[in-house]
Amino acid sequence: MSKIKSLDELRQMKARLESEMDIREKSNNPEKLVQIRVAMATCGIAAGARAVMNSIIDRVEREKLPVIVTQGGCMGYCYAEPTIEVRRPGEDPVVFGHVDKDKAMEIIDKYVLHGELVDGVLPVNYQTIQEKI
Amino acid sequence: MNDLSMHIIDIVQNSLSAGASRVCLTVDEDPGADRLTIVVADDGKGMTAEQVHRLADPFFTSRTTRRVGMGIPLLMQSARQSGGDVRISSEPGKGTEVTAEFGYSDIDRPPLGDVANALMLMVSANPDRDFLFTYRYAGREYAFDTADVREVFGNGALEDLTLIRNLEKMIKDNMCVVRDS
Repeated sequence: MSKIKSLDELRQMKARLESEMDIREKSNNPEKLVQIRVAMATCGIAAGARAVMNSIIDRVEREKLPVIVTQGGCMGYCYAEPTIEVRRPGEDPVVFGHVDKDKAMEIIDKYVLHGELVDGVLPVNYQTIQEKI
Repeated sequence: MNDLSMHIIDIVQNSLSAGASRVCLTVDEDPGADRLTIVVADDGKGMTAEQVHRLADPFFTSRTTRRVGMGIPLLMQSARQSGGDVRISSEPGKGTEVTAEFGYSDIDRPPLGDVANALMLMVSANPDRDFLFTYRYAGREYAFDTADVREVFGNGALEDLTLIRNLEKMIKDNMCVVRDS
């Protein structure tokens, strides 16, 4: 299959999707977005981070939530994987452990959308000694 | 790791951590030669011969958050238990290429899993990087390049999850065509 075909296919898709996409809205207001980072190192993947990330993406996509979903590496909390880090605009990041699909939806409903904390927060100190000096 | 697509996420994550701006993933299913080959090639910072040598050791990692690194050792285990192996070539400043071979019909080969989903999860989480995915089945080929998506949809488009989900479906469909034709 040649490259041309894939370009044609993409152009057709563009015509079909243009009304549904919300690229401009998101990139115009990056400071208003909540950032959710799913830990996707070996430990996270083995514990089910992929299913969690898929369910978060499905929800954000379906409801057009003001959220960016990214992936991160191992933060050393292998025992608590899957973990997700949620950074609300202007606030310190909060890391949740032992997240499954249901927990992810609860975190979105309460913390992401309303800033209301739920169980499962990992005690994380982000300030390293170097940063303090 | 339940399937090979999970290994793929893991190995590509290494490329991203190494600062790669373009990652080339190739999945080659060749039932005739009884081989399944996965190649992840990146233009990241690369490794010295000494670092490559120590990759098979689970207690070697470049990370500082913990002292073990299981990604490559687990991939090696999956490859070797099905009669294959893992080869790694790397050069500092140039990039790294990881090639994993599996016995295609071997009972101990993990299933391939959902590669299109694995790929698009990485694309959506890293919209600033480029990914080239090549899928081969018995010599037939399909290629997907995020550079093409940028060309058609514009630069910020890969941040859009509706587009990501549609691209995932397109890749899945094309993989089926390559596999079944």
